[in-house]
Amino acid sequence: MENNILIGGAAGLGIDTLGILIGKILCRKGYFIHSTKDFMSRIRGGHNFTQIRFGVEPVCSHWPLLDCIIALDKETVEFHAERLGEGGVIICDESVEAKDDRIIHLPMARFAKEVGNNRAAGSVAAGALFKIIGESFDIVEEVFMEKFEKETAHSNFEAFKKGYEFVEEVFKINKPKKREQIFINSNDAIALGALAGGIGFFASYPMAPSTSIMTKLSMKQDDAKIIVEQVEDEISAINMVLGASYAGVRSMTSTSGGGYALMVEAMSYQGITETPIVVVDVQRPGPATGFPTRTEQADLDFVLFSGHGEYPKMIIAVKNAEDAFYQTTRAFNLADKYQVQVIILSDQYLADATQTIPPYDFSRVTIERHLMTKEELGNEEYKRYKPVENGISPRIMPGKIENALVRVESHEHNEYGHITESAEVRTSMQDKRMRKMEGLINEIQEPDYFGVESPEILLIGWGSMYGPIKEAVNMLNEDGASVGALIFGDLYPLPTRLLKKYGECAKKLVNVEMNSTGQLARLIRQETGIFLDHSILNYNGRQMDSYTVYSRVKEEVL
Amino acid sequence: MVDVKIYDSKDEIAWCPGCGNFGILDGLKQTLAEMELKPHEVVIVSGIGQAGKTHNYINTNGYNGLHGRAVPPAQGIKIANKDLKVILHSGDGDSYAEGGNHLLHGIRRNVDLTHVVHFNQIYGLTKGQASPTTARGQKTNMQFDGNKTDPLQTLLFAISVGCGFVARTFSGDKEHLVKTLKEAINYKGYALVDVLQPCVAFNRVNTFKYYKDRVYTLDSTDYDPTNKVEAMKKAMEWGDDGIPIGVIYREEKETYIDKISYLREGPALVDRMWNPEDAKKYMEDYR
Repeated sequence: MENNILIGGAAGLGIDTLGILIGKILCRKGYFIHSTKDFMSRIRGGHNFTQIRFGVEPVCSHWPLLDCIIALDKETVEFHAERLGEGGVIICDESVEAKDDRIIHLPMARFAKEVGNNRAAGSVAAGALFKIIGESFDIVEEVFMEKFEKETAHSNFEAFKKGYEFVEEVFKINKPKKREQIFINSNDAIALGALAGGIGFFASYPMAPSTSIMTKLSMKQDDAKIIVEQVEDEISAINMVLGASYAGVRSMTSTSGGGYALMVEAMSYQGITETPIVVVDVQRPGPATGFPTRTEQADLDFVLFSGHGEYPKMIIAVKNAEDAFYQTTRAFNLADKYQVQVIILSDQYLADATQTIPPYDFSRVTIERHLMTKEELGNEEYKRYKPVENGISPRIMPGKIENALVRVESHEHNEYGHITESAEVRTSMQDKRMRKMEGLINEIQEPDYFGVESPEILLIGWGSMYGPIKEAVNMLNEDGASVGALIFGDLYPLPTRLLKKYGECAKKLVNVEMNSTGQLARLIRQETGIFLDHSILNYNGRQMDSYTVYSRVKEEVL
Repeated sequence: MVDVKIYDSKDEIAWCPGCGNFGILDGLKQTLAEMELKPHEVVIVSGIGQAGKTHNYINTNGYNGLHGRAVPPAQGIKIANKDLKVILHSGDGDSYAEGGNHLLHGIRRNVDLTHVVHFNQIYGLTKGQASPTTARGQKTNMQFDGNKTDPLQTLLFAISVGCGFVARTFSGDKEHLVKTLKEAINYKGYALVDVLQPCVAFNRVNTFKYYKDRVYTLDSTDYDPTNKVEAMKKAMEWGDDGIPIGVIYREEKETYIDKISYLREGPALVDRMWNPEDAKKYMEDYR
């Protein structure tokens, strides 16, 4: 049993704030929540909406049907009324002239004016919503007090109460037990993971949908005593991050596809200099500027093949806000351990999908720097690119050990980091770098599997499709189908054990991806020779929800 | 003074005989020795080009970056470890063409580093094309009918965007070079130094003699480098009537690190102590 609410209106009406407030209150009451945002690339006007799905059972996808629409303008009614389920209601201001039997006209603007705060209209609607779903107004005041200045909090709470009293209860919904949980999106989770993982330096150029990672880090920089620098372009961001990492601090940048494109030469530079870095690509639809505020999983090929020459790298796709935190901390450790680039792939869907998850366990996080100490070096001469068995030449921080000089070189170089043109040295250095892949392969995590033990149909997805596919598999199996799903997080090196195991027994292998060419299917083919039988793809900029995956499997595969 | 020989590198030098870079390398070593900096306390950052080979020929820490991208990592290094002396060696293509945007914003950011431009008004490594500082009309191995683009007035540009230390010196005058580099390295903030440096292989106009006949030192005049308007005029002086060398402009400014209390007063970022549990409190924002 769950409920689906949509809050819609023009940009600038406070939809985002209202969504966060309602989400926070429901979170503290103990509901499981999955909230998504759909917005246009503009500051004022247009049509934006937030969808909040909540209930007493876990939810991990958005959903097409709605129980309640809070329409801050007429367009919201026009665009979304057809998605309203049986018994559903629309709350809108009395001034909205839309005609629909299910509308509850609420004097939102008038009540807001009465409490002396014209911007409190959304809180009137929130109050009405809470009455409609049969919830009390416990917790509401404390959340308002935290979110707003005292006077604003007071007027918003008064507005909330007015909305609450104006309407009647409509739905009987199950009440949750209070539970320890947090309400967070994946961009914030990545920022929090970076902080926990000991980030020291972050540089970036703002680009949707990655920007809020920088915003979050910037909010904490003084307290954490780290540096967050907004730079002139992405080329500067990545090169500055490389410099800071060379000097010895954990460093990261984040961007989206277009910004990553500008970083590519430096990604290759990372390969030859072996300077550890973490780079986050929060994907949006391309090519070029594409859809700035929408979602896609179409940068996998690009990041996989980005960078001239050959060098080791690791690519991790995050699956949700819980995973994003832990994977970011892991990315820093792997980057340091293998002196490689770790690319974290996320997307706009995850960036803006706020969900309830168990609080992060910070005791599980470790910071493993793998830096050689003065004692370990002893009287030996330091060689930055010492040829060693596992390919990982010990790193030291420049300036920390007298007479030990750290020389990194963009050209091919010898073990001291001096430029060379020797064929022999070239071959041994390339071999040394590529040997690090052998270690990385041992670190990779197999995909998550859910579904029946010997499925006839195996769905294969990655990253943000985790939630929608997971729910779809349950629904399909409840309908009597025999379905399983593998959802990849680690993408490169590609884990293949479970793929082979479940791939052998399934009759049909189906990749479910948010792109138009089936990039994961191609990667699987390239790495394993396994051909997938069918693709379920979507590239309209809007994430497939679990119901869409369920329906398309039924129509196209079963 | 430390023994200048500690900076000697074993690498074979790949510059042409007579290249102006030899004078710069020699002057740099002398400067570091006189400043009593130890090799591990210094990072030479370079881009790509003939100037971009400098770090190979001196025994210090070295960071050879990408073409045009020496400024961003130099800033990253200094911000990460304020105890290091960070000196960039970069050519006029690296600094003023491909790296122009980073120079502009690097000056605005004002991280404490020294940016030494090997200024020879031609591209050497790629064999003789015009650089952003090649004179208009000059024939090159690419601009056969003469360069159609006006040269960038580099020092005027630097002063106009707020650089607090802008100087020019000449690789043929070691004493002046060492004095200028020393002042630049001691300056707190972004210091830009153009070093006139003849390219013996590809620039048949701006030869050693060309520069020698025209340079005059500002020290021998009553020039005041703290007057910005006068400095802009001085920065525009170029040609047969004379090329000024010395500090063109100087202004004390707050550096990047000065603006951040915990970096200014606390330890270098590389020495920051941190435990994952220290970040736990940030999770409260999401309850």
